[in-house]
Amino acid sequence: MFTVAFWGEFAVGLGTATAIAALLAIVMAIADATIGNYGKVKVSINDGARELSVDGGRPLLSTLMGEGIFVPSACGGKGSCGLCKLAITDGAGELSAVEAPWITEVERGKQVRLSCQVKVKRDMRILVPEELFSIREYKTEVLSIRDLTYDIKEVTLNLEDPAEIDLRPGRYIQFVVPAYELTPDPVYRAYSVSSPPSSKGVVELEIRLVPNGICTTYVFQHLKVGETVTINGPYGDFYLRDSDREIVFVAGGSGMAPIKSMLLDMAEKGSTRKATYFFGARAVRDLFLVDEMRALEKRLPNFRFVPALSSPLPEDTWKGETGLITEVLARHYERMDNHEAYLCGSPGMIDAAIKVFKAKGLPDELMFFDKFS
Amino acid sequence: MSWSTLGPVAVLFGAVFTNNILLTNFLGMCSFLAISKEVKSAVGLGAAVVFVMTMVNAIEWPVYYYVLVPLNLTYLGFIVYIIIIAAAVQLVEMIVERVSEPLYQALGIFLPLITVNCAVFGAVLFMIIRKYTFLASVAYGLGGGVGWMLAIVAMAGIRAKMAKAKVPRGLEGPGIALIITGIMALAFMGFSGMMRAS
Repeated sequence: MFTVAFWGEFAVGLGTATAIAALLAIVMAIADATIGNYGKVKVSINDGARELSVDGGRPLLSTLMGEGIFVPSACGGKGSCGLCKLAITDGAGELSAVEAPWITEVERGKQVRLSCQVKVKRDMRILVPEELFSIREYKTEVLSIRDLTYDIKEVTLNLEDPAEIDLRPGRYIQFVVPAYELTPDPVYRAYSVSSPPSSKGVVELEIRLVPNGICTTYVFQHLKVGETVTINGPYGDFYLRDSDREIVFVAGGSGMAPIKSMLLDMAEKGSTRKATYFFGARAVRDLFLVDEMRALEKRLPNFRFVPALSSPLPEDTWKGETGLITEVLARHYERMDNHEAYLCGSPGMIDAAIKVFKAKGLPDELMFFDKFS
Repeated sequence: MSWSTLGPVAVLFGAVFTNNILLTNFLGMCSFLAISKEVKSAVGLGAAVVFVMTMVNAIEWPVYYYVLVPLNLTYLGFIVYIIIIAAAVQLVEMIVERVSEPLYQALGIFLPLITVNCAVFGAVLFMIIRKYTFLASVAYGLGGGVGWMLAIVAMAGIRAKMAKAKVPRGLEGPGIALIITGIMALAFMGFSGMMRAS
């Protein structure tokens, strides 16, 4: 039987243990409010172009997100994706062991850091690429999914919240794949937008099936019309430059997307620039949107679409250009002294095409490309 | 010889050499084996242990003698020690982050690991069992930490050398590390032998 003395002792023990725990909790709370309180901190962006006054003590990435500035990040601030790089010119402190593997020598010189690993503790000066200011997250609904070829689908998304996106042609967005059987965590994949900037409420993507690819498998096997998809963007510096040089577009596969967006934009603006679009494919079954391109030739007075097949099948009865895209390009141009090149496709194709352009005298700064990786 | 009569200086040196908490009591083995692959991180973890052990002993001593003993609650010791260790480590982390950036960079990822390091807990228990005075307790914490650091840094040095050696396949990794720890412990026994002989 428990005696009164026992209960008394029990109460003292329980009380003391609780008191010690409570005391420690109070100490921690006080410490958090004093030692952990860095007060208001000023973050100066792009040499004072924007000044933020924020509560210190949190990582820069989430602090910026709280202010509506989205820095690309795929791992949620764990320091394991290496995407949230920003140049911090003042107030960052030493490079940490978590960051070191992600930062190259060149980036080190430019004071580039992982923004998820740098805590905002004192006034900071940071450089944020201009285009990040317009990045938002969008809730969208799948309007349609259409087969362009046997392995490329066109996915049209209707923006719901926010209802409009401001795009320059050639930019890309990130498609958020929710957790499903191939991935335990949501992942982000980049796709160029193929619709023109004028269609502000609708975003069109061209997605090519990558065997066992997390996103493409999701799109090809799971995604249905009417479902909700989250995207964020726009990103990228692949866009049509303003000049009167002759344009050479080169693309393969789903590299069609950004070029199509640029061409539609040119057509809407009534551009008369001379432009030629070389589209590389293996056989006729890899060609798509040919009718749309022919229609664009009618709308744009100085535009020509040149599909080229590297290995046409006998039943294709192909009468157009044949050979690798590089051979076709080499045949087409003598010298390139008033040209501008835009390339989008696999790294192999782009590197080979760049070599051809260099040999024809096109300087590096007039070649713009979007490599798939 | 009674533990409680030793002066703080004797306790300090004893804890580093003759009574090394890792090599004579084999406490703190898991982090010792896991983090002793390179000298740099061994130094970082070792420094964090020195820091925490000294501080925890300084806090636990008054709690034991001014709270638990008068209230007859020494049986609550284990629970109380561990929550104090956990809170102290958190506090240390916050203070270090605030006060010294380089120190935080060096210790940062190791501090949370130390909450569950049995050497820290063991040091608290020994200081109470051996009835050290307050100063001797702090000295014991400091010495125990330095001794643990000495052992892990030496181990990291040996493992760095061993990277070039041919180790029998079945013994690679923790196996050979444990054997080396045993040999190191034997060497440290030499220190206590010297003490007795003199």
